[in-house]
Amino acid sequence: MPAGISTSDFYYILPELVLTAGALVVLIADVLLPKDRRAALSWVTLIALGATLASLAPFASTRVEIAHGLIAVDRFALFFKILFLVAAAITVLMSVRYLEVEGASPGEYYFLILCATLGMMIMAGGIDLVTIFIGLETMAVSFYILAGFIKPSQRSNEAAVKYFLLGAFSLGILLYGMSLMYGLSGTTNLRVMATRFAGQEQNPLLVLAVILVVAGVGFKIAAVPFHMWAPDVYEGAPTPITAFLSVGSKAASFAMLLRIFVEGLPAMSGDWRLLFYVLSIVTMTVGNFAAVTQSNLKRMLAYSSIAHAGYVLIGVVAGTARGVTATLIYLLVYSFMQLGAFAVIVLLRREDVVGDELKDFSGLHVRNPFAAFAMLLFMLSLGGIPPTAGFMGKFWLFSSAIDAGYYWLAVIGVLNSAVSLYYYVRVVVFMYLKKETIGSEPKATPALAVTLAIAVAATLILGVYPRLLFEVAEASARTLGMVPITTALR
Amino acid sequence: MPAPSLGDYLALSAVLFAIGAAGVFVRRNLITILLSIEIMLNAVNLTFVAFGRALGSADGQIIVFFVMTVAAAEAAVGLAIVITLFRHRESLNPDSFTALKW
Amino acid sequence: MAQAIAFYFIAACILGFAVLVVTTRDTVHSVLFLVLDFLFVAALYVLLGAQFLAAIQVLVYAGGIVVLYLFVVMLVNLKRPPEAHEDPHRRTKLGFGLAAAVLLELGAIAVYGSVNPAAPMPATPAIPVSGNTEQVGWLLYTSYLIPFEIASMLLLVAMIGAIVLAKREL
Repeated sequence: MPAGISTSDFYYILPELVLTAGALVVLIADVLLPKDRRAALSWVTLIALGATLASLAPFASTRVEIAHGLIAVDRFALFFKILFLVAAAITVLMSVRYLEVEGASPGEYYFLILCATLGMMIMAGGIDLVTIFIGLETMAVSFYILAGFIKPSQRSNEAAVKYFLLGAFSLGILLYGMSLMYGLSGTTNLRVMATRFAGQEQNPLLVLAVILVVAGVGFKIAAVPFHMWAPDVYEGAPTPITAFLSVGSKAASFAMLLRIFVEGLPAMSGDWRLLFYVLSIVTMTVGNFAAVTQSNLKRMLAYSSIAHAGYVLIGVVAGTARGVTATLIYLLVYSFMQLGAFAVIVLLRREDVVGDELKDFSGLHVRNPFAAFAMLLFMLSLGGIPPTAGFMGKFWLFSSAIDAGYYWLAVIGVLNSAVSLYYYVRVVVFMYLKKETIGSEPKATPALAVTLAIAVAATLILGVYPRLLFEVAEASARTLGMVPITTALR
Repeated sequence: MPAPSLGDYLALSAVLFAIGAAGVFVRRNLITILLSIEIMLNAVNLTFVAFGRALGSADGQIIVFFVMTVAAAEAAVGLAIVITLFRHRESLNPDSFTALKW
Repeated sequence: MAQAIAFYFIAACILGFAVLVVTTRDTVHSVLFLVLDFLFVAALYVLLGAQFLAAIQVLVYAGGIVVLYLFVVMLVNLKRPPEAHEDPHRRTKLGFGLAAAVLLELGAIAVYGSVNPAAPMPATPAIPVSGNTEQVGWLLYTSYLIPFEIASMLLLVAMIGAIVLAKREL
């Protein structure tokens, strides 16, 4: 009979406790503050996120398992936690004005954003099926509600329904795979599991478990053919939530993916490498070609985000320390450019314009040069043009594939980047070359200006001076177990 | 008649899971789709409990406890979403949701 | 012997009611079949020596969740049959595909069973029958305390979310 958990366990989950406390404070403040002072809630939320970020400081180089191997506090988790908190903060910054325009109540909204972040943090730290899945659900349920938060909007409603239905369905598949993993190993701890699976490579049930978990995770990262929910949900959900969903939820799902497959199933790396190899190619290609035909920018960015999941999977397929490093780098870089692009869409949302159609961007260069320049930068970065961060991220991903011997994967990745340039440049053409303009002047509020400034700075600095990020990501990747190199796919 | 083995329990839960999954795809009524997902989760629970019994550990039951918690949370949120949607549309057939392409 | 008969009877009922839940046209009947289905799953839990889960299954699932479904079905009381415009062939292919996948899985289980010679369930429950609730409770509040606390946050999220979404005016 295992002993109870110790006080030190609570010390190690300090950031999660701070975040939970922050979420509850937001909820209570919502009731206590008079209606016209509710805007202050965004500050409370930002302070909660900042305090959580600060409370991560003592764990900069910790590497322990706590609570009987349920949660790991290591640099891998730390990297993702920082990513989630920064992404959440940026989301809050761009939500302030959006909520005013849509007339939605901020209290529950910020509470749910904090809870989604909490779920992501648990996912990144989880090295046990129980923690991973309960974290995943805390995040997913928060997002189901957030996707449908703009109640008068029918699009928001349908987005919530679709996200919920496919999310719940994929949860069933994922859990079924997890139940087989548990049954075949006799443990829920991923690290113990890894040792017990050695020598079971041929077991058909284990292969089935891998397939089911890949499918379940595939839904969460929106990999083709499990992507059909993404464009609808991204288009229908409130724009800041779309941004957070495409960045936070995706990064958290990749953290979960790396934990499950690299830490828990290294013995099956032949099988899951093959599956992700195919998924990566299909995801990149379908995502990019579908994005070309879109006229709605949120929908286009949804397909672009699907394609990016395909790129990131390249690093997972490589599976080497270098591959995982590239995955982490790309997820961080992608977060900034994706959040930035959505911030520009939020900026275009005014009382009289929805602002997410491509034609809404025409003439933006004249009306708001800074926003147009920022969007230009994000589009180039998403397309992978130097000297932006997107180029560095792709460079590492593709070189990690070549390094591990997956030449074709790198080639297909490069070809796909070339295709993607077409639709990214089209946005730039609309902003800089088209003249006709629609609706009132798009003005940046201070919060939005700060958001854009952060995203622009990150996209440029990480592109020009990537050394620091590389070192941090590499140190984080190294805390994950190693996957043996398989030669089957070369 | 031999005593049911682990394989029998697994086969039962596999078929149950398939019935639920097929229901999600075949039916076109939101509530029935949600019910089908509940059946899938029950199949998962059954697998966990059967494995836990065969392994002689209570971990399987703990996970089932959490799965039930999640199922309850999802049911509450899912049904709330259904109600919101119904106020807009007066129909629960997902094919009739056309504001977004399905 | 008695255990085998009980198992096969309960299994048949579970599958039968599950098929009814999925195929019945009337949503209210579907929900009621689901209650029966859950009750039989609870019976199977007892057979597996998981009495605590059986009780939870009846209380939370059959008693709580399904009643919630019933309320919603009545709340959104549909004037016309919900599947009036249904095209019956629309997704049946996918359904059959899934059925094929399960057959594949059953094959995998059979192969697994033949490779690893029959692993029958331990005749006497490995978990002492009398202490099941105590054991689960002990584990929940010691080893699994942190996930337990997170689950409470999850329920808070669900509660607030349901209120936010279902409330008419906020």
